[in-house]
Amino acid sequence: MSGAAEAAIEAIEAVAERLEAERDHLTDLDSAIGDADHGGNMARGWSKAVTAVADLDDPDVATVVETVGRTLLSEIGGASGPLYGGSIIFASTELEDGLSAESAVAFAETYLEKVQDRGGAAVGDGTMVDALTPAVQTFKKSIEVDDIPPARALAKAVDAAERGVAFTVPIRVSKGRASYLGWRSVGHQDPGATSTLFIIETLSAVAEDRLDVAVESATDATSPTVPDEEPDA
Amino acid sequence: MKKLINDTDDVVDEMLDGMVAAYPDRLRRLPETEVLVREDAPVEGKVGVVSGGGSGHEPAHAGYIGDGMLDGAAAGDVFSSPTADEFEALLDACDAGEGVLAVVKNYEGDVMNFDTASDLAEMDGVEVATVVVNDDVAVEDSEYTSGRRGVCGTILVHRAAGAKAAQGAELDEVERVAQKVIDNVGTMGMALTSCVTPEKGEPTFDLDDDEIELGIGIHGEPGVRRAEITSADEIIDELTETVLDDLDLDSGTEVVTIVNGMGATPLMELFVVNRRLQALLDGHDIETWDAWVGDYMTSLDMAGCSITICAVDEELKELLGEPVDTPALTER
Repeated sequence: MSGAAEAAIEAIEAVAERLEAERDHLTDLDSAIGDADHGGNMARGWSKAVTAVADLDDPDVATVVETVGRTLLSEIGGASGPLYGGSIIFASTELEDGLSAESAVAFAETYLEKVQDRGGAAVGDGTMVDALTPAVQTFKKSIEVDDIPPARALAKAVDAAERGVAFTVPIRVSKGRASYLGWRSVGHQDPGATSTLFIIETLSAVAEDRLDVAVESATDATSPTVPDEEPDA
Repeated sequence: MKKLINDTDDVVDEMLDGMVAAYPDRLRRLPETEVLVREDAPVEGKVGVVSGGGSGHEPAHAGYIGDGMLDGAAAGDVFSSPTADEFEALLDACDAGEGVLAVVKNYEGDVMNFDTASDLAEMDGVEVATVVVNDDVAVEDSEYTSGRRGVCGTILVHRAAGAKAAQGAELDEVERVAQKVIDNVGTMGMALTSCVTPEKGEPTFDLDDDEIELGIGIHGEPGVRRAEITSADEIIDELTETVLDDLDLDSGTEVVTIVNGMGATPLMELFVVNRRLQALLDGHDIETWDAWVGDYMTSLDMAGCSITICAVDEELKELLGEPVDTPALTER
């Protein structure tokens, strides 16, 4: 098995572990504005994904990632299955020639594009797109414009996603189930944005670990705060 | 709450097996799925018409599988969308090479899972067209929500699209007539009681003995307004006027009406409702071409009803007058 496929499997295991730990937290967020199943859905889906990728016979990285998408799609009902699973399936084609900084950016961009297409949400609608968009854009800029090493670029993406999560709190939600709450959706942190942050955070930690680079520690993600520093202009 | 169930996790699975056992010569279940299709699916030379959604709305949707309506339907868990891979299996099984029309109710889970399934099926060479039903006039359709919900009007979409497909029409024509129904139909519902899901075992919302909920959907979600119970006529006046306001019909328009029971309302009451509905339409100089009364799209054991009105022209009358032969609806 390629190093990239091994890294992907390790990352999937880490994400599953993290989401299991955050199960109740995510469900609480979803209880406030949705149907209270996000924590269970994410934990269950990713745990099944770990089993599914373990059953693959010498897979390449694209197959590993596609298998995660397929598993999430068949395990998670409601909107989360297509948004997370479907988007991962379509984005996995970007990894067919292996994992590199360039293909990781392409993967992230396609994933974001699919989430936006599928859900029809834009930045400012109070959904996972609010965390995902700044994360993907920051990652892309870090790699392509600033020439920052991938692990550092991912850490910057985590930072951006955190701000996105914080941004969902004070705004009125206009997409997704919470949109039916109208003004009552103001003041609530979006569960999808939060689980998206947890995933990016975990990917960043695994990358840091494997690529053996020290990245200054991120803030505590469970209660997103706006960092003191201005982002790089 | 007493229910005739075994394990809540097995309700949908056991229901589907029971349906197939009731109509073994007409329905079959795709292995390893919660998808039912016509025994002879895919039907050679015909566009496939499929639907699906959460369970708990019986006889929708699998009850409408058969000649003149659906080729197959996917059943999700109670009140939750089937997953995309189930929809994908449904699309694949109902494609005879002429393409498939998917009739989807406007709920985000249903729409997104169907869309994802369409993309995946299209990768495998299946041509898929999708229409989204959003007939619930109670919900505000604005940029601030995900739009109006799809409810009982869906049955008329199945019927028009199913008839068109049975006549041998191409996919884009089948899609066009389905959309024509969607553009001309409106529904509003009310609840006398909440429903009780097998999993929760208690009412989803509490209604006092003297309260009703107006503008409900079909998942036990609260409606748009709570009111004191009044006479049947007063309640039906409000539902009917709201639907008519939305449709804005010219005088002399012909319509199909549906008085739909929510699952626990006796036919006696539904006929009482229909009497008032028809009198109101008469007063508006609107002509009922066909009136349906019964349980077509339910919400488990909720007591209540919905009123659906659909304007019909010559084309829709011809299609909605075609014979159908399904477990839930048969007209020769």
